[in-house]
Amino acid sequence: MVGTEVAPATKEAVLDIRNLRISYGSKVALNDVTLDVRPNEVFGIIGPANSGKTSFLKAITRMDDFNASMNVSGQISFLGKDVTKWRNVFALRRRVGVVFPLPVGLPLSVYDNVALAPRLGGTKKKADLDEIVERCLRRAALWDEVKDRLDSLGSLLSGGQQQRLTIARALSQDPDLLLLDEFSIAVDPVTTMRIEDVIRELKNEISIIMVTNLVQQARRLADRTAFFLNSEFVEVGDTSPMFEGEVQDQRTHDYITGRFG
Amino acid sequence: MFTATQRDLKNLRVEGRYRFVFMAMTVLLVLPVLIILALLVVRGGPVLSAEFLFEFPKNGMTAGGVFPALLGTIILVIVALLASVPLGVAAAVYLSEYAADNWLTRTINLAIINLAGVPSIVHALFGVGAFVVFFKFGTSILAASLTLAIMTLPVVIVATRESLQAVPQAFREACWSLGATRWQTIRAVVLPNAVSGILTGVILEVSRTAGETAPIMFTGAAFFLPFLPESVFDQTMALSLHLFVISTQVPGVPEGLPYGVALLLIIIVLVMNALSIGLRTYLRGKKKW
Repeated sequence: MVGTEVAPATKEAVLDIRNLRISYGSKVALNDVTLDVRPNEVFGIIGPANSGKTSFLKAITRMDDFNASMNVSGQISFLGKDVTKWRNVFALRRRVGVVFPLPVGLPLSVYDNVALAPRLGGTKKKADLDEIVERCLRRAALWDEVKDRLDSLGSLLSGGQQQRLTIARALSQDPDLLLLDEFSIAVDPVTTMRIEDVIRELKNEISIIMVTNLVQQARRLADRTAFFLNSEFVEVGDTSPMFEGEVQDQRTHDYITGRFG
Repeated sequence: MFTATQRDLKNLRVEGRYRFVFMAMTVLLVLPVLIILALLVVRGGPVLSAEFLFEFPKNGMTAGGVFPALLGTIILVIVALLASVPLGVAAAVYLSEYAADNWLTRTINLAIINLAGVPSIVHALFGVGAFVVFFKFGTSILAASLTLAIMTLPVVIVATRESLQAVPQAFREACWSLGATRWQTIRAVVLPNAVSGILTGVILEVSRTAGETAPIMFTGAAFFLPFLPESVFDQTMALSLHLFVISTQVPGVPEGLPYGVALLLIIIVLVMNALSIGLRTYLRGKKKW
């Protein structure tokens, strides 16, 4: 796929990516990705391990700034503006929530975990913070379980609760885009289902990119799905036709139907 | 039914022999420490008393207490800490959190390790040149403490850097992705989790600083002073130098006195180390991840 031949994305695309290439030193992690993420959609990314999915998410929030060996080229536009041209990279990161594969409950209290981002953003009033914390925990379907122990350490919650805590934390910055990196790796199926319900709810308000190596999870949740394989961007398309066999590349079909990967 | 072969028996004999050799080495190692401690306690123990701690030396240092030296050591250590802890922690934070991993950083790290290996007498001469003469502090507490600070800086830097690096990278990435700057991340997440290691390093530094003699001999510690220092620009007595002086330089010192001073010095160091272990255990217990 050559980027110049692709029609320009719709103007309201939340994220518009052109010819993205990511490499670590001489090793290419992801090559020539061109896609867009639209408002209020769940965008699934599937592919086996080491196919560049996490690097893709890192590039969006310019986490390559923290890793000298990571090189990103091509164009990533977020809300119509090239991410490299966001002068305030911290403001960019505040508008993009990230949930990591292994739940990282910071060793702070449950309350402080969720209040951290608003505090960094300058919110000081206790009443405002209380409101944000409760709202985000509710949206992450965690409020009822932790409302009586907001002062206990976030890192002491169970794995599934911590994962929802990280979702609440990611929501606390009021993001326009939520990046979920294999969120169900460390949680049980029941919790996974609860989080999936949360995602369906959130979709009404924001856009979500969901990296997953559970093919069926993409089928259940994603409106559109992209397939990455061995650093290569294979294709992107609407989820249901893709899973019913309408693929541009045979490898996508093979992967979805479990012939490999 | 299992029967031991010749080979099994031989292996067992060899096993026993090696076990004995390793154990003997350990005993050899522990023995001198125990002997030193026993000697000090037996000979120096009777000397220790409230008067010994809180009185001035008398009769040309052949009698009386060690108060000015004890106080001097405490002041020297405190001033040295005031200089080396902020400097060392800040440098370690830069090296571990900000600096890119390139040849310059690696060279600086190597230099710090080498600094730890420089003999203390060389630090002493540096202190004379830099603080006493060049900065015109004269032979003073300030000059001596700064010399000690430079000498123990590597301890602080290495301990801080190691405890910073023990904080999981995932914590930093989680914090960065919330839009935190590096400094916000360091303050909110990294330092609070590294503080136990940093404190341990600082206390180890204290015990080392308290015992050093060479670096303060030419820079600020006095042979004998009949009065207490009034500012950091005065000279002071110090336990370590006092021990050296009454053991080798002054005739007619009763045998128990140097042992008492040595015991006091060791007690200070041991208490500091115990404090460090206790503090680390306490803070580790509070840390949950």
